[in-house]
Amino acid sequence: MNSESPIKKTFTQESLKKQFRLSEFLAEKFISMIAFLSIAIIFLIFIFVFKESLPLFSFGSDAKAKTEAQATSANKPESYGTEPEGDLKPESYGTENAEDLKPESYGTETTKDLKPETYGSEPADDLKPEVYGDAPKEDLSVPAEDESVGAVSENQEGSDKTWNTFFTSEWVPVSENPRFGLLGLLIGTLKVTIIAMLIAGPLAVLAALFTSCFASKRVKEIIKPIIEMLAAFPSVVIGFFALMVLASFFQDVFGYDSRLNAFVGGVAMALAAIPIIYTISEDALAAVPKTYTEASLALGASKWQTAFFVVLPAATPGIFAALLLGVGRVFGETMIALMATGNAALVSANPFESVRTFAATIGAEMSETVFGDTHYSVLFFIGSLLFIFSFALNAVAEFYVKGKLLKKFQGK
Amino acid sequence: MKDIKIKVNDLSLYYGDKKALNEITMDIPANKVTALIGPSGCGKSTFLRCINRMNDLIPSVSITGKMLVEGVDIYDKNVDVVNIRKKIGMVFQKSNPFPKSIYENIAYGPRINGMKDKTELDEIVETSLRQAAIWDELKDRLDDSALGLSGGQQQRLCIARTLAVSPDIILMDEPASALDPISTSKIEELVHQLKEQYTIIIVTHNMQQAARTSDHTAFFYMGNLIEMGKTNSIFTKPVQKQTEDYITGRFG
Ligand SMILES: Nc1ncnc2c1ncn2[C@@H]1O[C@H](COP(=O)(O)OP(=O)(O)O)[C@@H](O)[C@H]1O
Ligand SMILES: [Mg+2]
Repeated sequence: MNSESPIKKTFTQESLKKQFRLSEFLAEKFISMIAFLSIAIIFLIFIFVFKESLPLFSFGSDAKAKTEAQATSANKPESYGTEPEGDLKPESYGTENAEDLKPESYGTETTKDLKPETYGSEPADDLKPEVYGDAPKEDLSVPAEDESVGAVSENQEGSDKTWNTFFTSEWVPVSENPRFGLLGLLIGTLKVTIIAMLIAGPLAVLAALFTSCFASKRVKEIIKPIIEMLAAFPSVVIGFFALMVLASFFQDVFGYDSRLNAFVGGVAMALAAIPIIYTISEDALAAVPKTYTEASLALGASKWQTAFFVVLPAATPGIFAALLLGVGRVFGETMIALMATGNAALVSANPFESVRTFAATIGAEMSETVFGDTHYSVLFFIGSLLFIFSFALNAVAEFYVKGKLLKKFQGK
Repeated sequence: MKDIKIKVNDLSLYYGDKKALNEITMDIPANKVTALIGPSGCGKSTFLRCINRMNDLIPSVSITGKMLVEGVDIYDKNVDVVNIRKKIGMVFQKSNPFPKSIYENIAYGPRINGMKDKTELDEIVETSLRQAAIWDELKDRLDDSALGLSGGQQQRLCIARTLAVSPDIILMDEPASALDPISTSKIEELVHQLKEQYTIIIVTHNMQQAARTSDHTAFFYMGNLIEMGKTNSIFTKPVQKQTEDYITGRFG
C-alpha cells in the first residue's frame, strides 16, 4: 500500500467486522427453547401417564412377592369392591399421623382401643384386611416410610395375572376377582372408530371437494364457515344430541334393542370429526395448483372428471393427513363415547350393540378408582396405549405423506 | 387464404367493465401456423383463451361477437364446451404436467374419453410421444413422475398430452418463454412438423420466433388487432405504423 494518497476504502477489516446482534440472538434462542419445551412437555405427559401404569410391568421377583402377599391375605379383594374407602381414608390419615401410630397399625393389634373409633361401628376382626389394603395407597401419596410393606402389597394381583386377563374379553375391574379384559374395549373402540370414519370420511372429503371444485365463490363463502363452526361445538353438546335425538331416531329406523350403541356413538363422533377432516381436506384441495385444473379442462375433461381424476389425487397427501387426524379425534373422543355408546364392553361385530371405548373407560372410571391400585394402573396403561396409538398414527401419516406420496408426485 | 378454419367476427371481451378485446375480426387459415404478437397486456392470451372458451372459467368475463370454427359458432347456447375443448387443444405458457407418471399424463385424455383398452392406450402414448419428438428420451421411464422431467421435456410432454386427444386445432400460449435456447428450438421444430396435421395458433413475444415458425402473423395492441397478414410481409413491409414500430423494437 502506498501511504501518500489515502484511498477511500469500502472494504476494511473494520467495516466487515463480525457483529453480534443481541436481540436476534436472544429471539432465536427463545424460539428454539419454546420449541424444545413443547416437545419436552409432550414427552413428560407420556412419561407421567406411563409411569402410573408401571406397576403392571413388574414381573418376576416382584410378582412373586405380590402373589405371596395375595396368598397371605385371602379376603383382601373384597375391600375394593364393597367398602366405601373414600370416606374412611381421610380419617385414618389424620389420626395415624397425629398420634404416631403407623408402625403399630401394620403390626399386631396393640391399638385395639383406638381403631373402633376410627372406623366406626365395624367389628374389629374385619378391620385388618382393610388396613393392609390401604397401606400401599398411603405409601405412594405420603413419602414412604415403610418400604417393605409397600413393595409387598403394591398390587393386589400379580402382574402376570393382570396381564393374562388383558387378553380376555371381560372388563370387570371392580369385583372380588377383577378382570381387565382389554379385548372388549379394543373392539368397541375400533367399531366406533370405523363407523365414525365410514360416515365422516366420505362426507367431509366430498363436501370439501364440492366447495373447492364446484361451488361458486358465494356458496363457498357460506358453506365453509358453517361446517367449520361445527368444530366449535362442545362434544358434550353433540353427545347430548346423540343421546336424546339420534338414539331414538335410529332406534325407530333400524329397530335395534340397545338404544345406545356403537352406531349411534359412531354417528355422533362423525359429527365431531367432519369439521376437522373437512377443513384440512379443503385446504389441501384448494392448494392444488389451478394449472392442473386448467390443463385437464383444456383436454376436454368435464368439471366432474377434473375434480375426481386430477384435483383429488393431487391432494391425496393432505386428505390422508386429514383422515388420520379424524381417526385421532374419534379414537380419543371421551364425552361422546360416554354419552352415546352404552358403555358395555361386549365382544361382537354387531354395530347395533353397546360398546365401551378406551377413552370412555378412563373417563368413567378414573374418578372412582383407588390411587395406586391395579385398576388405577390399568387405566393409565390404557392412557399410554391411546397416546402411543395417536403417536403412531401421526408417525405413519408423516412417513407416508413425506416419503411415499411426495416421491410419487415429485419425481425421484 | 382459401382454407379458413376459424372466423372471428367483431369479438369483444370484457373483464367486468374493463374491455380487454375490442371488436376483433380475423380469419385463421387451416393447417398453418398463425402467430399472435404484441406487447405484454395487449390481449394475446385473452384472445387465445377465447378460442377454446377457457375464459368461461373466469366469472367476470363477458363476450360479444362471433367465433366461428368451421362455420359453427362455439359460443352458441347449444354447444357443449367440453366437446369444443376436445377438438381445440391448448399448451400453456408454464408447463403443467399432472402430478402423475409420464404414461398417465398422456393416457389421461384418452381415458376420460372412455378408452380402456391397455394396448390401445399404449399405442396412443407411444405415437403421441413420438409426434412430440420426446419418445426416445422417455420410453424407458414412462412410469416415472412427470414432475421429475426438465422444463423443456415437461413442455413437450404437455404437447404430447394435447396430441393424445387428437385435436384439430392447437393453441400455444408462449410455449417456449420459460425454456432454454435448445429446448426452444426443439419446440419450434415441433411446431413446424405439426402444422401439416393441425391448425396451430401460437402466442409469442419473441419476434424471431414468430418469424421463424409462423405462416401468418397477427399484431395486437391494447386489445385491438392492428394488422394481420403473411408473416413475410408483416415483418418486411408492415402497413401500419404501430406494427413497424413494434417490430423494429421502438416500443414494447
Ligand atoms: N382474469 C383477469 N381479470 C381481469 N383482467 C384480466 C384478467 N386476465 C387478463 N386481464 C387483463 O386483460 C389484459 C390482457 O391480458 P392478456 O391477455 O393476459 O395479455 P397478454 O397475454 O397479451 O400479455 C391485461 O390488461 C390484463 O390486465
Ligand atoms: Mg399472455
